[in-house]
Amino acid sequence: MTSERFLSTPAQSTSDRAADIAAADNFLVVDHLSVRFPTHDGLVQAVTDLSFSVKRGETLGIVGESGSGKSVSSMAVLGLHDAKSTRLEGSIRVGGQEVVGADESTLRKLRGKEVAMIFQDPLTALHPFYSVGRQIAEAYRIHHKVSKGEARKRAIEMLDRVGIPQAKNRVDDFPHQFSGGMRQRAMIAMSLVNDPKLLIADEPTTALDVTVQAQILDLLQDLQREFNSAIIMITHDLGVIAELADEVLVMYGGRAVETGATKQILTHPEMPYTWGLLSSVPEVSADEDARLIPIPGNPPSLLNPPSGCPFNPRCTHKDKVPGDLCVTTLPELLPARVGPSHRRRCHLPDPEVIYLTEVLPEIAPDLIDPTTGEPIAALQEIAAASEAEANADSRGDQR
Amino acid sequence: MTETQPHAASRIDWATAESILEVVNLKKYFPVKSSGVLRRTIAQVQAVDGVSFSVPRGGSLGLVGESGCGKSTTGRLITRLYEPTAGEIRFEGKDIAALSRKEMLPLRSEIQMIFQDPYSSLNPRHTVGTIVGTPLQVHKMVPEKKVLDRVRELLEVVGLNPEHYNRYPNEFSGGQRQRIGIARALALQPKLLVADEPVSALDVSIQAQVVNLLQDVQREFNIAFLFIAHDLAVVRHFCPEVAVMYLGKIVEVADRETLYSQPHHPYTQALLSAVPDVKQAAVGGRRDRIRLEGDVPSPVNPPSGCRFRTRCWKAQDICAKQEPPLLQIGPRHKVACHFAGQRGSTGNVPITLDVLGVNSHGDPVPGATRASNLEDPGYSPAFSDLETHKRRSEKLADR
Repeated sequence: MTSERFLSTPAQSTSDRAADIAAADNFLVVDHLSVRFPTHDGLVQAVTDLSFSVKRGETLGIVGESGSGKSVSSMAVLGLHDAKSTRLEGSIRVGGQEVVGADESTLRKLRGKEVAMIFQDPLTALHPFYSVGRQIAEAYRIHHKVSKGEARKRAIEMLDRVGIPQAKNRVDDFPHQFSGGMRQRAMIAMSLVNDPKLLIADEPTTALDVTVQAQILDLLQDLQREFNSAIIMITHDLGVIAELADEVLVMYGGRAVETGATKQILTHPEMPYTWGLLSSVPEVSADEDARLIPIPGNPPSLLNPPSGCPFNPRCTHKDKVPGDLCVTTLPELLPARVGPSHRRRCHLPDPEVIYLTEVLPEIAPDLIDPTTGEPIAALQEIAAASEAEANADSRGDQR
Repeated sequence: MTETQPHAASRIDWATAESILEVVNLKKYFPVKSSGVLRRTIAQVQAVDGVSFSVPRGGSLGLVGESGCGKSTTGRLITRLYEPTAGEIRFEGKDIAALSRKEMLPLRSEIQMIFQDPYSSLNPRHTVGTIVGTPLQVHKMVPEKKVLDRVRELLEVVGLNPEHYNRYPNEFSGGQRQRIGIARALALQPKLLVADEPVSALDVSIQAQVVNLLQDVQREFNIAFLFIAHDLAVVRHFCPEVAVMYLGKIVEVADRETLYSQPHHPYTQALLSAVPDVKQAAVGGRRDRIRLEGDVPSPVNPPSGCRFRTRCWKAQDICAKQEPPLLQIGPRHKVACHFAGQRGSTGNVPITLDVLGVNSHGDPVPGATRASNLEDPGYSPAFSDLETHKRRSEKLADR
């Protein structure tokens, strides 16, 4: 994807114009974004050459470990990095508005109104000194010329909307008087008060218990249906991704390493890091005596990233790649053989075969038919459906 | 050590295993003091309110529950970091709940703890050698000259470079620090390890490494584990026996097969249904989630009778009047609910009437008595199953 595509000129060909319309659907377009922080120890390459886009009404899940660049890239969307100590490259367009290099007043109009963020820890994100209602009302009054009374009414309405019982009585409570789940709801209320078109949720449920997490995820889905917002869900929990996201972006060492439709990525991943993520997490429905297969080693240093593929020092499959390609050359993010929009960054010539024959039998023997050695019907159906979709897509393109 | 060897704890025959730890009706109330000079106690936080369980020698019991349910307090009571308010902690048959500091000292080496946060649980100004070596010196486990050799040995056991003994904690990553914490706990060759959320602060790819390490040390040194965690999947992976806590009480305890596939307590059912599951979501088919309304009530003023009744869809009159006992209904299955049963089952008659000696409104029946063995830890070979309790209770229901 190049940025030229979005600069419409009268001399464009028909196919370019079709691409234009497709791009116009994307509310957020991140294009070749790099975020780097100069430090005493050297340049921290937090995000390198990252491109993705999100449409309205759609949820993108970003998965990765700490230090993979998932939070840094989402903060860049809101222009939250200090311009003096950050080197930003590439382009971020929110509804056509360029964010990289934009001045503070433009950003302020964007923040809260167009793009809102839900932070991981509501206790530190809410101000302890002001009542919850006042903080929500403040966010509303910044973007709307209304009286304090009206803003307060709106705050009560929002608290009610996110399921705070007796919102009218709780609106003057302080954050410490709320429970963890209620605080997270209050923060969601605050971020939705201006009906943002894009909601970035940075690990919104990590600090919460599973039953509360389930409530919050349900709430986000309901609100998305109601307001048709785009959601970016940042998490390290593949379970949350499986439930909520339409598309997934797997990040490692500041780069996108695999991206595509959620079902496709979870059932036919083609990047060894994604395999590692799937095999190292125990599941409530898995065979309980199966040994977890950890990813060996530690996440890479962002000061001196490894040469070639960022995952190569921890990869257990790199001996299948001829020569030392993995160490010398960075693989491109190329389309996978199956599935629409499925791309992966890996030198392996046939990762889909390795996954089905070597990885899947180890991590999910119950998904393999014991008699034929083939994956069970449900998995094959997904593959077939993805392929059909891909064909339909390519036909659509030809038209 | 081979990959296929089953986890040590699962080889234990639970029916005949000798228990190393028996906890009977353990309570911990924290006082809430008034402000002002007198600082009178105005209320009690009933953090742990009468829990009974047993851990077999070399086995592991998992303790799960949401934040504030008292699982960490239970762990700290057993290691005597807190003074119990009431109840017994029998370690190898000896009640240690009321031992003085001096009497406790020799036992400290037998019960060790692994903490959640590998950053705050290691002294940043001590070297790894000092951190792991101090317990050896305090308890005079090895002659002064041999301490360093033993430290190196321990570092090797937990998979760290033994030559790193003179480094400081800040030179290690989170996963490596947790290994240092494990080495420190192993230094005294404990018989029981209380692991309080040992992996929840770690990255997903590192979690599996630490879980595998804990399984290895358990197998090698035959250590019993009390494994406290909120992650149901990790607990299921590690512990053949799992107890679920809610608001200071154990609501259900069973072998993991039974607990995860046929939970009989409504709270366990709700908890399990809230866990996002990658595999299930990936092959399609959404889980049938139970939506719990509201929040956990305050432990200062818990509901009368059953503590879960305020959020329970099965609750009836008796639930407010009588606290359900932790009743054994299978060879390795105990549940505390008047209307225990698999999901979807509907019983109108409480199953606990026969052991409580009350009618279905919770009022005492003349001539009927309360069973005396309701607070025994562990399992009894003589028990009545659910159907028998139901039949016997029906006779009392309308009396």
